[in-house]
Amino acid sequence: MESLVTNEPPTSIAAAPTPAPTTGRPPDQDVLDPGIPEPILEVRDLNLYYADKRALNGITMKIPRREITAFIGPSGCGKSSLLRCLNRLNDLIPIARVEGEVLLEGDNILGSGTDVNLLRKRIGMVFQKSNPFPKSIYENIAYGCRIQGINRKDEVDHIVERSLHRAALWNEVKDRLGDVATGLSGGQQQRLCIARAIATEPEVLLFDEPCSALDPIATAKIEELMRDLKEQYTQVIVTHNMQQASRISDYTAFMYLGDLIEYGVTDELFIKPLRKETEDYITGRFG
Amino acid sequence: MNTLLLIAVLLALSAAGFELGRRRALGLVGHPKELRSLPGYYGSWILLWCLVPSVLALAGWIALEGSLVDTWVIRSLPQEIRELPEARLGLFLNDAKNLATGNIVSREVDDLLQTTADRYTSLRAAGRLARTGLVLLLTAGGALIGYRRISLRFDAMARVETAFKTILMIGSTIAIFTTVGIVLSLLFEAIRFFQAVPITEFLFGLGWSPQTALRTDQVGSSGSFGAVPLFAGTLLISAIAMTVAVPVGLLAAIYLSEYATRRVRTIAKPLLEILAGVPTVVYGFFAALTVAPLVRNFGAELGLSVSSESALVAGGVMGIMIIPFVSSISDDVITAVPQGLREASYGLGATQSETIRRVVFPAALPGIVGGILLAVSRAIGETMIVVMAAGLSANLTANPLEAVTTVTVQIVTLLVGDLEFDSPKTLSAFALGLMLFVVTLTLNVIALRVVRKYREQYE
Repeated sequence: MESLVTNEPPTSIAAAPTPAPTTGRPPDQDVLDPGIPEPILEVRDLNLYYADKRALNGITMKIPRREITAFIGPSGCGKSSLLRCLNRLNDLIPIARVEGEVLLEGDNILGSGTDVNLLRKRIGMVFQKSNPFPKSIYENIAYGCRIQGINRKDEVDHIVERSLHRAALWNEVKDRLGDVATGLSGGQQQRLCIARAIATEPEVLLFDEPCSALDPIATAKIEELMRDLKEQYTQVIVTHNMQQASRISDYTAFMYLGDLIEYGVTDELFIKPLRKETEDYITGRFG
Repeated sequence: MNTLLLIAVLLALSAAGFELGRRRALGLVGHPKELRSLPGYYGSWILLWCLVPSVLALAGWIALEGSLVDTWVIRSLPQEIRELPEARLGLFLNDAKNLATGNIVSREVDDLLQTTADRYTSLRAAGRLARTGLVLLLTAGGALIGYRRISLRFDAMARVETAFKTILMIGSTIAIFTTVGIVLSLLFEAIRFFQAVPITEFLFGLGWSPQTALRTDQVGSSGSFGAVPLFAGTLLISAIAMTVAVPVGLLAAIYLSEYATRRVRTIAKPLLEILAGVPTVVYGFFAALTVAPLVRNFGAELGLSVSSESALVAGGVMGIMIIPFVSSISDDVITAVPQGLREASYGLGATQSETIRRVVFPAALPGIVGGILLAVSRAIGETMIVVMAAGLSANLTANPLEAVTTVTVQIVTLLVGDLEFDSPKTLSAFALGLMLFVVTLTLNVIALRVVRKYREQYE
């Protein structure tokens, strides 16, 4: 990845995010800013390094409130890394180092004064591989309550039921809340993870390829769920599946080799991409 | 041909057989792809036919040769020698063998001894010749049988796979039979003991003083063989050891696997495991010479009377010895907990200690319990530390400041020195060993059950 960046590939990908505008190409401002008036999250000039390797090159973008934003791009382009900067999960990787700013409602969350645990309660996450705790279905959802100090049984019961309802899982598991969560099917496990994430009432939900291990029916259920959740939550999804991005997202960001290449309203980006790299990728000519 | 040379020849012939099988198979067809199995399998097929029968025959021969030769030699001896008592006949035969092999002979060499020795020599030579012949014949015959079975339709791979499976099975059977053998040897001696001392007295008796008299009119001729104080002592010391080892080991494991930086971990983990490499006898004199006086003096200042061979010292030092068992297994198990579970917990806003207490530790618990039970088995069977630090007096007490003794200590003291193998005193060691075996076996079975139950729950 690094070598490609430094070796100046024939396209001007490596020169982003501040390339000299070439003829016949719209200026960066339009390509990277779809005009989002009140963003909930704002990324400013974000660089991420794993040891000496640069994984994100000066990303600047705004995430719209209560919409679904998709990050697409080939493997290793940095879309998952960018996602994990938003809730500082990269802190868990000792060799990761971040520069720049990520503003949540105007406050920089990358600063040392940020309460990371509080941040992660506000920004929930659903992972590529469904990872329910090896506990009962009930305890999986109740976990978030317990770490927030909510222990009264009626209150926890209420939150568990509400979260499972919202995650469209209640009817399937209401009679076996005491069963071990790992006994659920893959799709159910992933919806359980979503229920677990929304139990703590976050403002933003991050999805890291949530459907890559699921069959089409389970995938359809998750997508339907995401559409339902739009009323309440800002959602950001990383996906390899361009159809999925075009189906469910309102805004799409195309990334390549650690650069944000194009960011725009999903329908426009898929129908009429402004940059050649984007067009090549979504038409399957490279990636 | 001597045995080593014969084995070498056997291996060489088998290698030739392998090549023969390969060529035979390739000769049957125009292209190797037409064969049902890879050519090497046909080679292995003949190799097995060369090796297995002849090795079995050789092993059988070596096992039986000695007694067969003895029988033949005895048959040729004159009547008066043949009718000697078994022990004296054995001595005579031994001398004859020594003379034949050129060793020192303990009696005057007379004609009879000389002819017997000569007879040994000739029988041995004939035997060796016959053996070589038999082995070579079996090798060649095996190769021929294998060779003739090879045809276009013959599936050598399936046969070789079966043979391979059988060999693996024999390997596992050997381990099982060794265990069975050990148990049986313990069992027979223990039964002899229970013929002298009732089993109920052994199991439920509260006094242990294994004296038996050489003469019936001796003072203190009656011993008592109640094993309860020994098992109570063993349990007390093991319990003390586990109270030390489990918390310390677990805390160390959690620190090393979750908190320590990679640098600290690479240094601290081997250091901790050095504890497991210290010989137990060193722990023994550390306990007896360093820790015991410290504890006794400290106790004296508090106004407690601490025996100089207290259960506390033996158990405590044993606990230190066991720390790496607990920490090493727990560390591995904790590290093996999927990273996804940690990320899920952090992603919900949990702190590191919450994640460890509520997610990582419960997920690792089955493995940790298994490790702890393994450590308990180790504590119960541990001998050297308690021999040096725990004392010999069979007190039935729960006070860790008093001296107690353990099963292993008593087995050692019973079997050290000059022994008579028909007195209950000596035989009681085997009964104790059997009991110890039963206890640790039960513990292991329970451990497996517990681990399996947790596993069902967590997978």
